[in-house]
Amino acid sequence: MNASTSLIQVRGLGKLFILHNQGGIRLPVLRDVSFDAGPGDCLVLAGPSGTGKSTLLRCLYGNYLATEGSIRVRDGAAWVDLTGAPEQRILRLRRELIGYVSQFLRVIPRVGTLDVVAEPLRERGVDAEAARAQAAALLERLNVPRRLWGLPPATFSGGEQQRVNIARGFIGGHPVLLLDEPTASLDADNRAVVVGLIREAVAAGRCLIGIFHDEAVRDRVATRILSIQPAVLADTPE
Amino acid sequence: MNGAALLSVRDMTCTWDGVHGCRDISFDLHPGEVLCVVGESGSGKSTLLQAVSWQVRPEAGSVWYDTRDAGPVDLATLPAARLRLLARTDWGFVRQNPRDGLRMQVSAGANIAERLMAVGQRHYGELRQVAGNWLQKMEIDAGRLDDAPAAFSGGMQQRLQIARNLVTHPRMVFMDEPTASLDVSVQARLLDLLRQLVADLRLAAIVVTHDLAVARLLAHRTLVMRGGRVVESGLTDQILDDPQHPYTQLLVSSILQS
Repeated sequence: MNASTSLIQVRGLGKLFILHNQGGIRLPVLRDVSFDAGPGDCLVLAGPSGTGKSTLLRCLYGNYLATEGSIRVRDGAAWVDLTGAPEQRILRLRRELIGYVSQFLRVIPRVGTLDVVAEPLRERGVDAEAARAQAAALLERLNVPRRLWGLPPATFSGGEQQRVNIARGFIGGHPVLLLDEPTASLDADNRAVVVGLIREAVAAGRCLIGIFHDEAVRDRVATRILSIQPAVLADTPE
Repeated sequence: MNGAALLSVRDMTCTWDGVHGCRDISFDLHPGEVLCVVGESGSGKSTLLQAVSWQVRPEAGSVWYDTRDAGPVDLATLPAARLRLLARTDWGFVRQNPRDGLRMQVSAGANIAERLMAVGQRHYGELRQVAGNWLQKMEIDAGRLDDAPAAFSGGMQQRLQIARNLVTHPRMVFMDEPTASLDVSVQARLLDLLRQLVADLRLAAIVVTHDLAVARLLAHRTLVMRGGRVVESGLTDQILDDPQHPYTQLLVSSILQS
């Protein structure tokens, strides 16, 4: 893939955690990660637990600060370096360009499920009715029972919350979508629905980067695999 | 000054006694953005709020505000009358204790209508109607319009204080610990209401709080203060999930449940 068609370029990315209140322990989690991804990619991050796959996704979303290297994303004709961008710029990128489905839904008290899912569209200025209609269609497809739509998802089961989270992630139509184990707590039927959503997004030219521990799901969605090596072992020549 | 900013603070220092207060503060706030200032008691966060809202004049540095009629102005250059008008129409102030922000002797309706009357609205029926609408928006029964705030619960008083401030459609609201005086059971309701209001009205807000959960729920960006200085600033989720400064790490690790 060449630079003109990619949407995201990562070069020499490293992440080191320093725990100041625990004797200044230094935890190197990522070292020298480089890749490009573009429209129609579903890049799957592979590697054992603890190698920093979730950390990498969080860096790509600006949720974690990269310690070294660069993360550049293409916004129209311009490249933006996420690692040095002003906060307002990152917020705009999150609204318009980069979506993120976390492992767990962060529940907002008193906000009903339909509005939780519709929120990313509302933030972009879509009117309430249209946003709710799209949210309803996604919840329907993900088999979230209609009787739950008016309720805040705080009391839902893990699988129901995860489907609400997936609907909220997919609704925005972000050109780049980061997925952290979206199918982890789902049954087979709902896994199949999510696989369908992912394949449609890829076919539509969106760029997905995700972590999937379920091999069957991984094989059905991946267009490429990026193997993440533990940072502490990265010094060992291969 | 950054062209798109509503409020620009540059190298501002404001102390009470030459020692305590806040020092070398710089940040921009854009329309529709909520900024939380967190830190322990005595970290200078309330002084910062008073200085950027010109309730106390800073000793050094500048505060620029993008006025509706004349664009960005240095607040130090504004005559007192213009500042008063700005404070009463374009800004809102929500105090920690609603009794400090309300007039307790007059009715709820009069509390809401006061700012409208200050900018020249006199029609009794219209004032009453606007006040009633705001009560309902704040989830208070419109039938309580003629009751004195003293008869309200703490949570209702705090919502009334917010209505009183928002009735003139300010663009900028300053809040000092808006939920701290409330029972935990009514905090969530107020926070959710605030969250909706700032989004619907595209309010810019600076919220001082010691409660990181308030920052998580309300704020796009967060400043962490200690000893009068900003030790860390960034997107709220980044500050809370990947804190860099030793003090921020201590604050975040002290949250009971995340």
